[in-house]
Amino acid sequence: MALKASEMTTGLSHSASLVEDLKRTQIVQYAGSSGDYNPLHTDEIFTTQVAGYPSVFAHGMLTMGMTGKMLTDYVGDGRLSKYGVRFTNQVWPGDSLQASATVEGIEEIDGAQYANFEVVTTNQDGAVVLKGYAQARLD
Amino acid sequence: MAVGKFPVEASHIMMFARSVGDDNPIYHDDEHAKGTEPGGVIAPPTFMQASAQFDPDYFLRPKTGKDWFGSGKEATGVKPKTEDGEKKSGGGGGLHAEQHFEYHRHPQAGDVLTATMLPGKTWEKEGKRSGKLIFSESITEYRDQKGELVVTARGVGVATERAVDQ
Repeated sequence: MALKASEMTTGLSHSASLVEDLKRTQIVQYAGSSGDYNPLHTDEIFTTQVAGYPSVFAHGMLTMGMTGKMLTDYVGDGRLSKYGVRFTNQVWPGDSLQASATVEGIEEIDGAQYANFEVVTTNQDGAVVLKGYAQARLD
Repeated sequence: MAVGKFPVEASHIMMFARSVGDDNPIYHDDEHAKGTEPGGVIAPPTFMQASAQFDPDYFLRPKTGKDWFGSGKEATGVKPKTEDGEKKSGGGGGLHAEQHFEYHRHPQAGDVLTATMLPGKTWEKEGKRSGKLIFSESITEYRDQKGELVVTARGVGVATERAVDQ
């Protein structure tokens, strides 16, 4: 179920909701699966009293992982060839995130067609929390 | 991170996919996955990050018999070493600024990857919301049991002078 090169045009955009009201428990779940137990993500006492943040916040990589689902649901299983992001704002418990992939162009590499996407994830206030790119092989 | 062997295991993929809210059966259902283009359970795009599980010295995992900087009885398990109690890096050992992956193929359950770290750059910038920023890049190449390159990962970490203003 991959995308067809003949149907891809610059500016074409796909978006999806990633999470509504992000729960602290999901952040804990991500700490466990990824192995990143930085207390900034799960330990409210440390994060507020020692690190000086208003609350725990999500791993950037949790946002990148959730945004990755939007991408793979769109481009198909195993089709990504590149995926890179910058984390531009923190994601907090209670946030709701929306992500989009917009076609920037199509290119041919070694006889295969690839689409290049701009990837953006925003929170419920419209603030960009993640900005990056992806490349996927097309049919 | 100093990861040696990274065995890509089906149950780890299942748990990782769950944690990012991805219920795609290609990450947990072997029968379904056989009928897909990749032909088996594959790892989600950001799974290489979980290689931290296989770094015996990974500094963001509590270790038996060692101090841990998260809270216990006190707000942090580590006593400040300096008298002035100056807080570095927002107290959390730095933040993740960027992450990039290049997929030469997608790792499958059953692969045993070997990670090699390559030297990365370091640079500084003055941040509006968190004082001086020190960026450091790390590049990791993941190769499979045949020695072929599977994923190249490039991460950029940032140490901030103070907690990021909200």
